[in-house]
Order: sequence, then structure tokens, then C-alpha cells
Amino acid sequence: MEAQGQIQVQDLNAWFGTTQALYNINLEILPKHTTAIIGPSGCGKSTFVRCINRMHETLPNTRVSGKVQIAELDVYGKGVSPVWVRRRVGMVFQKANPFPTMSIYDNVAAGLKLNGYSNRHELDKIVERSLRQAALWEEVKDSLKKKSGASLSGGQQQRLCIARALAVEPDVLLMDEPASALDPISTAKIEDLIFDLKQQYTVVIVTHNMQQAARVAEYTAFFLMGNLVEFDKTEKMFTKPSDKRTEDYITGRFG
Amino acid sequence: MTRTRFHQGLDELKQKLLTMGGMAEQAVERAVRAYQTGDVAVCQLVLRDEGKINAVEREVDELAVDLLAMQQPMAVDLRFIIACIKINADLERVGDQAVNIAERVMDLANQPKSTVNADIARMASLAINMVREALNAFLTADADIAQTVLEKDDLVDNMNREIFDAADYAMTHSIETHRHALDTLLVARNLERVADHATNIAEDVIFWVRGADVRHHAQG
Repeated sequence: MEAQGQIQVQDLNAWFGTTQALYNINLEILPKHTTAIIGPSGCGKSTFVRCINRMHETLPNTRVSGKVQIAELDVYGKGVSPVWVRRRVGMVFQKANPFPTMSIYDNVAAGLKLNGYSNRHELDKIVERSLRQAALWEEVKDSLKKKSGASLSGGQQQRLCIARALAVEPDVLLMDEPASALDPISTAKIEDLIFDLKQQYTVVIVTHNMQQAARVAEYTAFFLMGNLVEFDKTEKMFTKPSDKRTEDYITGRFG
Repeated sequence: MTRTRFHQGLDELKQKLLTMGGMAEQAVERAVRAYQTGDVAVCQLVLRDEGKINAVEREVDELAVDLLAMQQPMAVDLRFIIACIKINADLERVGDQAVNIAERVMDLANQPKSTVNADIARMASLAINMVREALNAFLTADADIAQTVLEKDDLVDNMNREIFDAADYAMTHSIETHRHALDTLLVARNLERVADHATNIAEDVIFWVRGADVRHHAQG
């Protein structure tokens, strides 16, 4: 059996209508490591991560073929519920999207409550643990039920969304440009957080910021026009990439 | 092509370093010519220009640091800038060796000649050629040329050892001319160092172009 949080992608193709967005992606993402996905706009990097937790199919006229395996879970297997997949694979987006009218507490507990969780004492514990993991606890512990998610700063909102994703105890955390709308201090907090999270979770981060990829990820995958061009250890990718196209992209010699 | 300003900066760095290389190479050539002709006036030129080399060294370093800080270079560009910083230091040291040789030549002018059997001219020609070829490899981003520089270092090292023995013999057999022999020995020593710096430069070119570390016979 594969290790918890290991992601194996085989011959993955994805379409928007008749437009193919991903071509035969084969990739193995190591558990409890951070993998960065880089590439120019429109290269398919967001589509790739959205295929991992079956978010791609939520858009109209989309299609996926191939295999995504997370440990023993065949993500596109017959009878596999997308809801179940998304419990195993949390996602954080570029723009923080807390439930605006809910309190901080309810934002974190929402996923569990939705799943029928009602033990108050247990919920308290999970909310605290999740907020601590998201490095937000100290800042909000005194106003958990008084303040709404929307009252927090942008950086805090993003960490709240991370706490919300962690509350359901996923194996994998997908992050699509999680810090691109944040100031450098909030960005640094998120990056430190990613470093801590990978002790427990498999983290896959889409980023336009190559320095960020270099700082947080042990492995980096470079996508171009829907193809996976190169996948290797991050330090190798950024000092001595094997493929000329990777070299051209990361040194800004494109186009 | 994107990042135009960055690539202009890289070109400027290369040009400055080649200027630095030309100055260091000229300094050694002058010092060796002074040794061969005994022309102390040429030694003064070497001493005078050392400050200019040091000034360009600072300019190269400043530009390299600016590029690292402002442009966050990656991959081949990162290797290039790191190589430039190291080559810069080696070229400055080549300039220092030229000054050392010039100082020996000025001392030699006042000493009775010894019979030390040293082919300084050939050794100098080899060492200067190594610097020139290392700079040529840098100019053309040619790791093969750089490789040929590495292969010549042993030749210069061997000549240095031969001159050491010859100087030792001369000093033992003629006490009146021992200082001449000593100066000659030091000139050889400085030329051997010049060749070492050329070797370092060649290794840095290989690192830049191939991403391989070939120092100390490491497998790249």
C-alpha cells in the first residue's frame, strides 16, 4: 500500500470543452513533502491541482481522463464520491474566501458540522488545533465567536481558510497561489506555515513566484502549454535544470 | 526576450569583468617583460595600474551584488553571477602577482646576476597563455577551452619545482648571488600562482556553462 498522502498521477488529460488543457501528465508526488507547480499563465498548473481533488469537473463542459491515486484512493474510480475526495484533499485559493457572516469558530468548524459532527467539546478541540496549525490561534483565540471571518485582515483570512481546510484532517493540501494577494509579512507567515504543515500533510502549491517555490518546496514541477516539462528536486530545477524550456522560463528568456 | 534590463545588466557585468581580465593580463605581461629586459620603468607602470584593477574589482562586485539582490537570478544566470564574483577575485589576485613580480624585478636590478638555470620566459608564456585562454573561455562560454586550461596547470607546477631546485643549487654554490637566485625563485612562485588563478577561472567557467563542479578533481 502506498504511503498516506502519496499522489500518483498517470496519463492525466483534461479538457475545457474541446480545448485540451493537460496532456498525458505523469507525476508522483511524495507524501509529507511540498511540491511546487510553476509555469506561465495558461500552462495548466491550476487545472492540474484542480484535477487532484475533482474540482475541475465542477466547471461546465469539462472532462478528465487518466488516473489520480492518493494512497489507496482511486480519485476517479467508479463510485468514488467527489465529496469524499475533497475531504481527503483540502484546498486553499488565491483569494481568501471565509464564510463572511460566520464567526471565526464556525468558519473552521463548518466542514465538520456539515459532516454531522456535533460533539461540542471535540469541536472546540479541533477548532483550536486547526487554528494553531494555521498559526492563527494566538491572534484570534479571544474573539473566536465574537468576530466574523470577514473582519480579519487578508493574511489572517487566508490562514483561517487554511485552518478550515485542516479541520477535516485531509492527507493533502492543495494551495493555488495562496500568497499572491498578500503583503510580504503575511506571505512569510504562510510560507513558514507551509514548512510546518508538510510534517503532517502533503502540500502541493501552485505559484507564479519562483522565489517562493524555491523557498518552500522540496520538489518543483514545470508545466508549459498543458505539458509537464520537468519535475525534479527544487534546488536542481533552480540551479541546473535539465530542459532548455525550464531554463528559459526560470531565467526569463521566454517569448 | 523578456527581462531586458536584467540581461543588459548581465552583459555589462561580462564586459566589466573582461576589462578587468585585460588589465590583469597586461599587468603580468608587463612584469614579465620588465624581468626579461630589466626595465624598471615598466615595473612602475605595473605598480601604478594596480589601483585601477582594484577599482574595477569593486565595480564588478557591486554590479554582481546588485543583480543578485534586485533580479533574483536563477539557473544559468545565477551560476554566471557566482562565477563572475569568483573570477573577479582571481583576477585581482593575478594583478597582485604582477605587482609582486615587478617588485622582485626592481630588487634584481640592484643585485649581481646569479647563474640560476631558470626558463622564466617559457614559464611566463605558459602562465599568461593560461590566463588568456581562461578569459577566452569566459568570453565565448566555452567549457572545452576551459578544460584545456586545467590540463596545463601541471606543466607550470613542474617548471616551478625545477626552478626551485635550480635556485637552491645556485644559492648553495654562490653566496654572492644568492639574492638574485632568491628573487628568481619568487618570480617563478608568482607565475605559478598566476597559473593557479587561471585554473580557478577555468573551473568557474565550467561551473557556469555546464553546472559542474570540477574543483579539486571533483566529479561534475
